[in-house]
Amino acid sequence: MSAVLPDRHFLYVLRLADSNLVLAQRLGELIGHAPALEEDLGIANVALDLLGQARLLLAHAGVLEGRGRDEDMLAFLRAEHEFLNATLTEQPNGDFGDTIARQFLYDSWQIELYGQLAQSADPTLAAIAAKALKETRYHLRYSAGWLVRLGDGTGESHARAHAALERLWPHTVELCDPDDIDAAMFAAGIGADLATVRRGWDRRIDETLAEATLERPATPPWRWYGKRGEHGEYLGRLLAEMQVLQRSHPGASW
Amino acid sequence: MDTEALERQFQARIDADERIEPKDWMPDAYRRALIRQMAQHAHSEIVGMLPEGNWITRAPTLKRKAILMAKVQDEGGHGAYLYSATETLGVTRGQLIDELLDGRARYSSIFNYPTPTWADVGAIGWLVDGAAIMNQIPLCRCSYGPYARAMVRICREESFHQRQGYDIMLQLARGSDAQRRMAQQALDRWWWPALMMFGPPDADSKHSAQSMRWKVKRFSNDELRERFIEFTTPQAEYLGLVIPQGEIDWSEFRDVLDGHGPCNRERLAARRRAHDQGRWVREAALAHAAKREARLREAV
Repeated sequence: MSAVLPDRHFLYVLRLADSNLVLAQRLGELIGHAPALEEDLGIANVALDLLGQARLLLAHAGVLEGRGRDEDMLAFLRAEHEFLNATLTEQPNGDFGDTIARQFLYDSWQIELYGQLAQSADPTLAAIAAKALKETRYHLRYSAGWLVRLGDGTGESHARAHAALERLWPHTVELCDPDDIDAAMFAAGIGADLATVRRGWDRRIDETLAEATLERPATPPWRWYGKRGEHGEYLGRLLAEMQVLQRSHPGASW
Repeated sequence: MDTEALERQFQARIDADERIEPKDWMPDAYRRALIRQMAQHAHSEIVGMLPEGNWITRAPTLKRKAILMAKVQDEGGHGAYLYSATETLGVTRGQLIDELLDGRARYSSIFNYPTPTWADVGAIGWLVDGAAIMNQIPLCRCSYGPYARAMVRICREESFHQRQGYDIMLQLARGSDAQRRMAQQALDRWWWPALMMFGPPDADSKHSAQSMRWKVKRFSNDELRERFIEFTTPQAEYLGLVIPQGEIDWSEFRDVLDGHGPCNRERLAARRRAHDQGRWVREAALAHAAKREARLREAV
């Protein structure tokens, strides 16, 4: 573990934290506006878990960085290009089909990823992943269950779920495509092997899509990766809203 | 037994502090009054998710965001729980929600006020949940069993929320000038509407006397209001905030009740939008369940 550049280790954990934080923020927009009361409660559960994981990961990232930044400084005082979340997570809630498809694609990835990270040579990361994994299993049951209901529900719900998958699919490209940070962290025994994650992810996606009677979209060429700080136009607004109080009252305690 | 004898027997049970359960005989008026009150209570929890939900995306720290999300979720849970308790009286949640959405049913007027600042989230927890607890603790001993039991659980969570709200206010009161100003302005905004939550003065309260006889209500509106003021005054002093002086403007109360509060239209519109936009989702769930059942039957 000591052989890796601390910078990469910090960025690796930060990526994990940011994806969870941004997705929790998106889900938080929905609480009170879901299609049924049970879904308000279910979405709030997932959002709370993701936010809890993000806080642990941010705190850990802050320690790894060693510049005294805590979870709130990292969440509220970084600029858009410094956020390293997967672009999948910043996609808007859209209709419930979009929300569920986004969640399903993410949960299927997270469960594979965290399964490996639970064995990480970084004991703090391993502990966070092991705890998160239990929550992720529940999230995946929720999102896969809904995707099946929507895909194999009415003509309208099938069409909406299909459109959502098509829309979101390009944003799945970066999830299992390793870059130098992923490679270095895997080599150091800290990070996951994304080739293995991809096989597990593929299998889960194919199984659930078959049950949902939905087709797997074709993968387009896609080179804009949120984990490198390359975002579309949605993230800036999400952050502007999230950060407003910290930005407008510098140094205040809340 | 004739109705009069049944009613005498019913009142005797109430007078002996016995609990009425769903399968027991009860006068129609008692059933109707409970459905009205419990549904109104459930709707208030659901609509009450909106003013605070307004700040989930802007909570100033991640810890506050998590607490607020959990709180709004609790309110949804209370709503679900209260709808179920109301269903024991022979109505369905679907009917009750239809009545909310088409404007026939009421919800607590307090939620028609806006939350323009973060301090409003604190003030709601401190004052609105505080007033709700004052109203609801006696309901834990209400004569209708399912309602009383629901209230025991809900009150426990509400008192937790009240402390969290006060903690937000405390942090603001100890903060910068801007934060203290924000806290005082929120107190100014929520004080009168919070006092109105106890309902009209006793002399004008049309449901009170019968509710007292049925032990659905145990203290008068004015008694509870006074108790709330006594409780809250030292808490405001500790914060270094000033409670507004003057009289309740009951014409404002009636206007907001009649639909002319600052956010009445937005609140109902938000509920209707969620319901309408969720229709295809609910239909899909039903269609899928029917398909599954058909497949299971074929397999047998």
